[in-house]
Amino acid sequence: MSAWLEIKDLHAKVGDKPILNGLSLSINAGEVHVIMGPNGSGKSTLSNVLCGNPHYEVTGGSVIFKGKNLLDMTVEERARTGIFLAFQHPIEIPGVSMATFMKYALNSQRKAAGEKELDAVSFMKRIKIRSQALEISDEMLKRPVNVGFSGGEKKRLEVFQMAVLEPDFCILDEMDSGLDVDAVKVAGNGVKIMRSPQRSFLVISHNIKFLKEQIMPDKIHILVHGRVVAEGDQGLLDKIDRSGFSEYQKEAVA
Amino acid sequence: MTQEKVSALEAVSDTYHYGFETQISAETAPKGLNEEIIRFISAKKKEPEWLLEFRLKAYRHWLTMKEPTWAKVSYPPIDYQDIYYYAAPKSAESPKSLDEVDPELLKTYDKLGVPLHEREVLAGVAVDAVFDSVSVATTFREKLARQGIIFCSISEAVQNHPELVKKYLGSVVPYTDNFFACLNSAVFTDGTFVYIPKGIRCPMELSTYFRINAKKSGQFERTMIIADDNSYVSYLEGCTAPQRDENQLHAAIVEIIVMNDAEVKYSTVQNWYPGDKEGKGGIYNFVTKRGLCKGVNAKLSWTQVETGSAVTWKYPSCVLAGDNSVGEFYSVAITNNYQQADTGTKMIHIGKNTSSTIVSKGISAGKSQNTYRGLVKMGRNAENARNFSQCDSLLIGSQCGAHTLPYMISSNPSASVEHEATTSKISDEQLFYCRQRGLDAEEAVSLIVNGFCKDVMQKLPMEFAVEATRLVAVTLEGSVG
Repeated sequence: MSAWLEIKDLHAKVGDKPILNGLSLSINAGEVHVIMGPNGSGKSTLSNVLCGNPHYEVTGGSVIFKGKNLLDMTVEERARTGIFLAFQHPIEIPGVSMATFMKYALNSQRKAAGEKELDAVSFMKRIKIRSQALEISDEMLKRPVNVGFSGGEKKRLEVFQMAVLEPDFCILDEMDSGLDVDAVKVAGNGVKIMRSPQRSFLVISHNIKFLKEQIMPDKIHILVHGRVVAEGDQGLLDKIDRSGFSEYQKEAVA
Repeated sequence: MTQEKVSALEAVSDTYHYGFETQISAETAPKGLNEEIIRFISAKKKEPEWLLEFRLKAYRHWLTMKEPTWAKVSYPPIDYQDIYYYAAPKSAESPKSLDEVDPELLKTYDKLGVPLHEREVLAGVAVDAVFDSVSVATTFREKLARQGIIFCSISEAVQNHPELVKKYLGSVVPYTDNFFACLNSAVFTDGTFVYIPKGIRCPMELSTYFRINAKKSGQFERTMIIADDNSYVSYLEGCTAPQRDENQLHAAIVEIIVMNDAEVKYSTVQNWYPGDKEGKGGIYNFVTKRGLCKGVNAKLSWTQVETGSAVTWKYPSCVLAGDNSVGEFYSVAITNNYQQADTGTKMIHIGKNTSSTIVSKGISAGKSQNTYRGLVKMGRNAENARNFSQCDSLLIGSQCGAHTLPYMISSNPSASVEHEATTSKISDEQLFYCRQRGLDAEEAVSLIVNGFCKDVMQKLPMEFAVEATRLVAVTLEGSVG
């Protein structure tokens, strides 16, 4: 069986600046992978490119997801195929409540899949179960998307959206950054609840404690200058914890 | 027109769903404008002498006036002699009941989503349907009459309640007011008349649905609402027109009089044909709307959602004469393609402790131009008067324009005027965020825009809010890509 997600020799740039320089990695269904690397190594670029952010230009390589050529698809087509990005910096949408936002998103996805749109009652049921599990109050769901929330609340709402939309492939871009210990736990819990043999994760983080205690990944990839320079299991986390990335950075330059 | 033709037309015009034409024989006055035409209209409507005099005075004054050019809109010169000033469906000569209304007309309104059969009509909304120059049907009038409420066409009011019409016609918008109001005063053909007696709270929403159908015709309707002491009414206005290559003129007047402790809420969802993607055709919407808060504690609230028309020139205003009276203006104006809108309000504070609120949301897309123009005037005797204005503009794309022109004049040192304005763009990040959740670009824009104008949409009556939200999406189709 070929991999669930297969990235081969991916090149991408922003403006004139190449950021991904031949990145390859593959993820199987049900696996949790982690991407680590020094600042500017292309971690966030990778997550944006996978989602089709038009700000980034793909200049080479291929991405196959569930047998489909991802790079040929629009942003929303990718989302409807089951790709979800938990944003590092969630975007504000004034005047639109989180509940309304999720209703539109969910029904757009259902319509694209040829399913019936959810009526108000079944929709409320669906979000209630998930908001309770993630300690999100009704008040938060009524407030406009990401407007006036603390960093921790925003991240929790990203996990909440993930839980509502039930994507097959979740990319978490620095989910834990700027969160206090409790908030990190809630975010980590969300991921734990969501884990299933049919769902894969790609987690970008610097926080080794968070990764070891909350995420418990199957595989770690070290990214330097837009390429994967090392891969390994959780043992690699301890190594990074002791000596950082300098060894890999030297190799990449040489 | 056959059903097939209608569907074909609707398929071609995928954005404007009301662009069909009803095949109905019409009686028109000869094209052009002169005293003969005015006498013809007046005679057709069997008007009393004083009203003909009013029209002729207005016409003679109009001849001395020049079309205004101060608005930030441009359009080719209008040939006022190339317009039909009177067009009436032949069958519409005062039907006595709905059973006598031409079935073609009933079908037309059904298709517009405004069923006129009382049993099918939205619960709690009474409708006056104005087709070209005449009112063709008014629903629920008997039920309303039991409470002393008068809800009828202005032509009927002239016949049956001449004392009220004579007393108030031109009392808020005099025929000398401006070029288009003066033209309307000379040639107005129909419109709605509402009188709410003392102490009565109107039990249902009153509504007029304006439809322009005939070719090369103008629509010049006149609406008058009088709310007597301690009464309340909520009034809705909707409008559409067929899709045509030439421009059509709509120059209406709305006059509102609000007495002591009375309240009038006036809501408009304006969806005249805006012209095609290249800017060809569409309605010129040159309208004068003004209300007088005559009594103490009177309250007048304008809510408008302006999505249609090729050119909009419109400033619903409040004259706050009564002490403690309140004026409100909530507006959403959306322009796309080559549409131009110059719209806003005037709040004229005369009485003591008067207060006004202005919330304007302008959204421009395509190559359109959208201007907010507003005047807040605090008169010498307006002790402790207060105004708050909030004007927000949202730009979609880089070829459109948004302009905010607030004028403030204060002649009373105890009065306070506050103005806030913002301009923003729908950012690429917002679009990406929405699309990452599965919305396509147009759904995303419509969601963001609806969020942007939420404060105003919330002011609309329930039935209209749903329609208005949907219209936002339709108007902005093709604005991203």
